[in-house]
Amino acid sequence: MKLNELTISDVRKLLDNREVTPRDVLDDTCKRISEVEDRVRAFITLTGETAYGMADAAGEAIKSGETSLLTGVPVAVKDNMCTRGIPTTCASKILYNFIPPYESTVTGRLTRQNYVMVGKTNLDEFAMGSSTENSSFHTTKNPWNLDCVPGGSSGGSAAAVAADECIAALGSDTGGSIRQPAALCGIVGLKPTYGRVSRYGLVAFASSLDQIGPITKNVTDAAIMLNSIGGHDPSDSTSAPVDVPDFALALGQDISGLKIGIPKEYFVEGMDKEVEDAVHAAIKKIESLGAFVVEVSLPHTGYAIATYYILATSEASSNLARYDGVKYGFRAGGKDLLEMYMNTRAQGFGPEVKRRIMLGTYALSAGYYDAYYKKAQQVRTLIKQDFDNAFSQVDVIVTPTSPSAAFRIGEKATDPLQMYLSDIFTISINLAGVPAMSMPCGFTKTNLPIGLQLIGRHFDEESIFKVAYAYEQSTNWHTRRPQL
Amino acid sequence: MSDAEPPTLNAGRYEAVIGLEVHAQLLTDTKLFCGCSTKFGAGPNTQTCPVCIGMPGVLPVLNRKAVDFAIKTGLAMNCSIALYSRFARKNYFYPDLPKGYQISQYELPLCLGGFIEILVDGEVRRIGITRIHMEDDAGKNIHEVKGNYSFVDLNRAGVPLMEIVSEPEIRSPKEAAEYMKKIRSILRYLGVCDGNMEQGSLRCDANVSVRPVGQTKFGVKAELKNMNSFRFVERALEYEIRRQTKVLEEGGNVLQETRLWDAGAGITQSMRTKEEAHDYRYFPEPDLVPMAIGREIIDTVKNGLPELPDAKRERFSVRYGLPEYDADLLTSERAVAEWYERAVSEGGQPKAVSNWMMGEMMRMLNEDGISIEDCPLQPGRLAGMLRLIGNGTISGKIAKTVFEDMFRTGKDAETVVREKGLVQISDEGAIEKAVDEVLSKYDAEVGRFRSGDEKLIGFFVGQVMKATKGKANPQMLNELLKRKLS
Repeated sequence: MKLNELTISDVRKLLDNREVTPRDVLDDTCKRISEVEDRVRAFITLTGETAYGMADAAGEAIKSGETSLLTGVPVAVKDNMCTRGIPTTCASKILYNFIPPYESTVTGRLTRQNYVMVGKTNLDEFAMGSSTENSSFHTTKNPWNLDCVPGGSSGGSAAAVAADECIAALGSDTGGSIRQPAALCGIVGLKPTYGRVSRYGLVAFASSLDQIGPITKNVTDAAIMLNSIGGHDPSDSTSAPVDVPDFALALGQDISGLKIGIPKEYFVEGMDKEVEDAVHAAIKKIESLGAFVVEVSLPHTGYAIATYYILATSEASSNLARYDGVKYGFRAGGKDLLEMYMNTRAQGFGPEVKRRIMLGTYALSAGYYDAYYKKAQQVRTLIKQDFDNAFSQVDVIVTPTSPSAAFRIGEKATDPLQMYLSDIFTISINLAGVPAMSMPCGFTKTNLPIGLQLIGRHFDEESIFKVAYAYEQSTNWHTRRPQL
Repeated sequence: MSDAEPPTLNAGRYEAVIGLEVHAQLLTDTKLFCGCSTKFGAGPNTQTCPVCIGMPGVLPVLNRKAVDFAIKTGLAMNCSIALYSRFARKNYFYPDLPKGYQISQYELPLCLGGFIEILVDGEVRRIGITRIHMEDDAGKNIHEVKGNYSFVDLNRAGVPLMEIVSEPEIRSPKEAAEYMKKIRSILRYLGVCDGNMEQGSLRCDANVSVRPVGQTKFGVKAELKNMNSFRFVERALEYEIRRQTKVLEEGGNVLQETRLWDAGAGITQSMRTKEEAHDYRYFPEPDLVPMAIGREIIDTVKNGLPELPDAKRERFSVRYGLPEYDADLLTSERAVAEWYERAVSEGGQPKAVSNWMMGEMMRMLNEDGISIEDCPLQPGRLAGMLRLIGNGTISGKIAKTVFEDMFRTGKDAETVVREKGLVQISDEGAIEKAVDEVLSKYDAEVGRFRSGDEKLIGFFVGQVMKATKGKANPQMLNELLKRKLS
């Protein structure tokens, strides 16, 4: 077996026993990238020499016994996290030449562990989308079927992990952008509780919803990654000053007696039959492991998409105002200031980003604020209360991650509303701020992965890990790999 | 209109309604949301970091000291401090605004509902404070005089400001200027703002409208900007009130607009109309959690408040028996008041200290362009000089020379008097000798005096003083002259 095909915990053992070096692991990873990347197109930037420098530093650290969880592990980073000295584009023309002079807190924490960053991965421009088709540079392909999308917006990270072009990856999730691509690529993706992981250096899409999380080959690796990146950061006022437990301790714990909630609003007509069957089978399996399954209600689910697309776009319209051609990034000419602004933003942003900026600008405008933004905030509170109520009865809520398996490239690209519906099961979770994971729970007849979503209480990723690990141990979906 | 023209409020047929928005730069060492220095005058863009220049992905972290300063100000201006307040984004595009929005406060400001009192024409007027909120400053655009380039300096971007919004309760340009002066005085007492209007650390916008006396509804207002001194605030308002009054008298309508004060021309000019006004699209700042201020924090700040100008003025007039005018002037600056009290506590007679400070001292501080803190003269030395006057060592007239020397060198009065040989001549024999010499020299004048021209006494005093280099004890000199001439 090639080293790049291993999990973090497997590689850790080999590295710590000095059976292989970080350079060996990176060699296999780079070899794989050169074999498949022209078909998968998961990356925007490959770090090459920088990665080897990091691998050598990791090698030295291991020699001197200073080993951390991710020392020497090749990780791919979504290209909306700032990495000092390495281009950070957000897959946007407007930042095509932007090289940050600072490091995001999350990649900074991994750097202190001497991880090896193999590259920056593709995404929908500014993380706005569910397929990576909105990238200004190229569309990433789903390793299970190169005619299909990998999901999005963290499609590059998910495809890179699924295609063994790295051992693990970082994604960001505003409305499902970690979980949906993880589901579509047959791997594990976790959106931590809002405030669990620092957002410093994550290029903002919607500040009150964005959260960085791991995309990994199995549940154990997700726990290792969250252990590495979680915890309060004084540079992010919205990161919570709460202790981070050792999530690895949750793995292998008995789940008998745990209460699992199935929200009736998530199993409705029109859902893909194969997805529904796979999720029901997974619930049965979890029940057979000793958990109680009960029906719960999240009555405001129907308003989630509308609420999300008002709040997320409002914040985005403001967050993206700084890309004005004045200070950095792309600038188009113009005969005066106003024309320079308009040309820069007209040429620098893609159509979906512009659509969302316009939606958000409208929602915040004088005379519309109360009807849209304010109302949406009120509904957000109701959605949050739905989860509070449900979690007074159950420990973990289980749903499908996405209403369908991977769709074909171009299938929804011209219909934004259809595209927005891809996130129907994931969006409420961001509005409520609770943690949720997607993990594989089956395959369609055409051999496309199906994702299972497990949702936990605020700052209770542990219960998710418990159930996810128990389920993973009793199935072998996570061991399947795409043939490329 | 020239600025020499007096304000005509049209014989009481119209009255003005004025509200002021004062922006005060807080005297913190670092910016509101990052660790960059706030020092004035550094090279362009040398006091910047990814946060204050709005790079992608960076986040603001609130400066704790700035919040304390704002709470302090709110309490000093009799506001209630909101236990729960939050920041909001004010969105607009401009090159000096690197984030594309200003982080300000909108629906839930930190301080609400206070007032300050001002003294206008001997009458105390209470002006309501609607709110005080915090926000970050923008940078500065610099345009090439000839050429095609504009430059942006972001040193000021992110510097903490407080906006103090008054109720529309100010009724005249003079009240507006007094209000500004009182705000400045309070801010400087608290040590939260240096109050420098020329450097822009204290700025003011005014909302002004005019209405017929007796009408309760407000007239249409104009917002005035760019008034960077007390005098300009007063003059801009005078001009604008005249302008609006004229429009109304001629049967026209005042437009709601923003107008810029042009100090050179002495007029206000339209900058943008209501239709061109920005829609700032305020919404709660999602990068910062709401501010929850505990009661114990408010109490701590409250207990640490210094004695404020009004209380100090009151105490000065009662304790030192000073006229209102003296008490007001001596307490408008904390450092002046403290200097005064030290001089008195070291034995200076209260009214005499006040006279010297308000007279010679203020004049020389102004002349030298220095503040009282930078003056070499120590308060105890003024008290010492007053003792020398009291015991007759020097005359009041000589004291002016002594004071000037003390002011510049910081020496004590005895030293100056000794070095310059300024001790008053109180030796009757010496004065008599000088008198005799003068009288014998001016025979004719003596004759005229004796025949009734008594005004000539001044002439003799002057001549003797000239002969004694001003050191003759004036009282003794007078007595001697009278005796000898009678």
